[in-house]
Amino acid sequence: MTESPPLVDMRGIHVEFPGVKALEDVDFRLFPGEVHALMGENGAGKSTLIKALTGVHPLEAGEIHLDGAPVSFPGPAQAQAAGISTVYQEVNLCTNLSVAENILLGREPRRFGVIDGRTMRARAATLLARMGLTIDPGSALGSHPIAVQQLVAIARAVAVDARVLILDEPTSSLDTDEVAELFRIIRVLRAEGVAVLFVTHFIEQVYEISDRVTVLRNGKLVGEYATSALSRIDLVSAMIGRELGVLEEVERRSERRSADPAPLLRAEGLGRAGAIAPFDLEIHAGEVVGLAGLLGSGRTELARLLFGADRADTGRVLMDGEPLRQRGGPRAALAKGIAFSSEDRKADGLVADLTVRDNMILAMQAARGWARQVPRRTADELVEKYLTELDIRPANPDAVVGTLSGGNQQKVLLARWLITRPRLLILDEPTRGIDVGAKAHIQKVVADLAADGMAVLFISAELEEVVRISDRIVVLRDRHKIAELSGSAAGVDEVMELIASGSTKVEALS
Amino acid sequence: MTRTRLLWPALALVALLLLNLIVEPSFFELRLQDGHLFGSLVDILRNGAPTLLIALGMTLVIATRGIDLSVGAVAAIAGAVTCTYIASTGDALTAMALALGVCVVLGLWNGFLVAVLGIQPIIATLVLMTAGRGIAMLLTEGQIVTVDNPLFRQVGAGFLFLPIAILISLAALVAVALVTRRTALGMLIESVGVNPEASRLAGVRSRTIIWTVYVFAALCSGVAGLMISSNVSAADANSAGLWIEMDAILAVVIGGTLLTGGRYSLTGTLLGALTIQTLTTTVYTIGVPPEVTLVFKAGVVIIVCLLQAPRVAPALTRAPQPRQVEEAMAR
Repeated sequence: MTESPPLVDMRGIHVEFPGVKALEDVDFRLFPGEVHALMGENGAGKSTLIKALTGVHPLEAGEIHLDGAPVSFPGPAQAQAAGISTVYQEVNLCTNLSVAENILLGREPRRFGVIDGRTMRARAATLLARMGLTIDPGSALGSHPIAVQQLVAIARAVAVDARVLILDEPTSSLDTDEVAELFRIIRVLRAEGVAVLFVTHFIEQVYEISDRVTVLRNGKLVGEYATSALSRIDLVSAMIGRELGVLEEVERRSERRSADPAPLLRAEGLGRAGAIAPFDLEIHAGEVVGLAGLLGSGRTELARLLFGADRADTGRVLMDGEPLRQRGGPRAALAKGIAFSSEDRKADGLVADLTVRDNMILAMQAARGWARQVPRRTADELVEKYLTELDIRPANPDAVVGTLSGGNQQKVLLARWLITRPRLLILDEPTRGIDVGAKAHIQKVVADLAADGMAVLFISAELEEVVRISDRIVVLRDRHKIAELSGSAAGVDEVMELIASGSTKVEALS
Repeated sequence: MTRTRLLWPALALVALLLLNLIVEPSFFELRLQDGHLFGSLVDILRNGAPTLLIALGMTLVIATRGIDLSVGAVAAIAGAVTCTYIASTGDALTAMALALGVCVVLGLWNGFLVAVLGIQPIIATLVLMTAGRGIAMLLTEGQIVTVDNPLFRQVGAGFLFLPIAILISLAALVAVALVTRRTALGMLIESVGVNPEASRLAGVRSRTIIWTVYVFAALCSGVAGLMISSNVSAADANSAGLWIEMDAILAVVIGGTLLTGGRYSLTGTLLGALTIQTLTTTVYTIGVPPEVTLVFKAGVVIIVCLLQAPRVAPALTRAPQPRQVEEAMAR
């Protein structure tokens, strides 16, 4: 479309990690004043391509031209100096510093050789205002939710007057309003002539914001397309390289329940100040219960209370009618067959330095105690089974888990819990930041597990996903449980209305 | 990764030994006398035994992201308890058992501060590091308590072909290696060290594990304290085990275990402890003037640490770039 020369031109890029070809002969172009979506499954090489461009990974072969001149960045700092700014998927800021300090870290305004705090806060405030964020630049970054931290990271990237802005899955933790806000900013930047490289897993967002799409698969280039000329189906099949059947396999499975009237889990007046108001909840065996609500509505908090990750102020949890030990914490829940796969896999999910095998058997081993080591053969069999079943790549039990891509890490975490054979599996955002193929796969696994009699509590920011997969939907708003929907009443529109208005014609609880 | 981590401490050790050989050609000579082995190498083993033992306990503590500064003070207390008890009753076995019991209590105290109250390990163990010598002082009433007990003397100065002290330390090393690697304890310790919150949510008894490693570290220090005071047949509350925490931490670090917790290497710790002891011996063999002894030691330590630094090591061994690995882990 644009016939001006590309701002960034990467040709024949090869990147290798020990034993793995991460990128093979990939070309990539980025024009000024365009939003270019980079798409692909987990491990397709999106992050690697970005890191090759920004000098994080050295190139095995290939060349990068910036503004027509060949460049080679020894590190991210040099790339940034050349006007290439990156915002990574997971916020890489210092939560103990203030918002203003984070935005201007390394570029602090100085006066008489010392940092000028007032100017710094003022400058940060201007930037935040431009992004429509009304937070105190002097407040600690850690005191804000992840979504706000993400926007601060973008503000930081914008602050350097970047010519190329790379956004690696910036929207994965944002809610609808925040995404709209982000896109407004992106459009402003595009109009100013900034080239935006945008990685996302949300197909709709690609069509909403991007001008062109480059698709990678297994470290190779599939193609570069004009977004307007590419149909959604074509895009998805370019990404996953196979027919889309699996997505349809997971159908709505409501109204076929429930044979067993006694609930597996019952929460009575469970609540914690500042986290979630006291709520009641029942989950039956073989049932998928979805939690819907905006970011900060108390979804994660509810799940953590059920599992005992946080201590409840009020109420209690019963499994099979028997109350869980009040101060038992996660071990009490695990002993009763509750498993909790947390939202932030990096912070409180995986043990990054350990191997795939160790991570997978960790929960099982913890339940057995240290003295009774899971026999090597049992461990190998289980690990092998889930590597295959969940299609984890690379299928190497001895790989250090931190080196896997996001979706594969998520699958390892899922495997850890499946190995413990839980009766209730709580999945907090199991599909966040992972690609369509893996997402469909995980949904399918969840549906199969429920069909086998496992109870599942499914949390996702993607409403359509929750609606598609759940038998029953619990709607949260402002840290209150406001409704429970099932059957035909549990559609996207109905849930949306509830979340938006806080009341319902159907069956409001409060 | 482990192999390259162990390479440099091993090379440093060999280099130091060779240096000794050049300066003192009889350095490697071993003599058998009365069924005992004598020689400079044996001396290194014997004098390094307490450091090795303490470093062993320290390795596990460090693997859980902790650190134990009180080990030297605990060693002093162990010596003080034993010697004062022997001095008054003459019963060495009870005395040593009593001392180790006291050490377990001290370890429980450290573990309580760290695992239950959540105090930062460096601060929590600083309490006992400072107070511990005071306690030892109290026990010995400010005197150097000398004892003359043949049984007690065996612990630090006895021989069973090899010095008994090093046999105790090596046995402890082997026992720890077996217990942590043949059971799941090692994996759970590393898991707690790498990501305490994830481990807690996976049902790992993080608190118990952390508590246990501090108790074990104190127990190791206690036995080391017995060796030290037995070697001189006296309890010196002021100088027994002084600065040994630094040698132990250094041994662990030279051995390639990171202070940030997680993966640990017992073999590395063994190499580290031997390197440090050899270094101390080298200072005497090659006749470094006493006033620059510390500078010489510091120089060697700096070189070993530099060789292991993530940015230097790969350039020398052409191993996979750690930057890449780190970045990939951060993903």
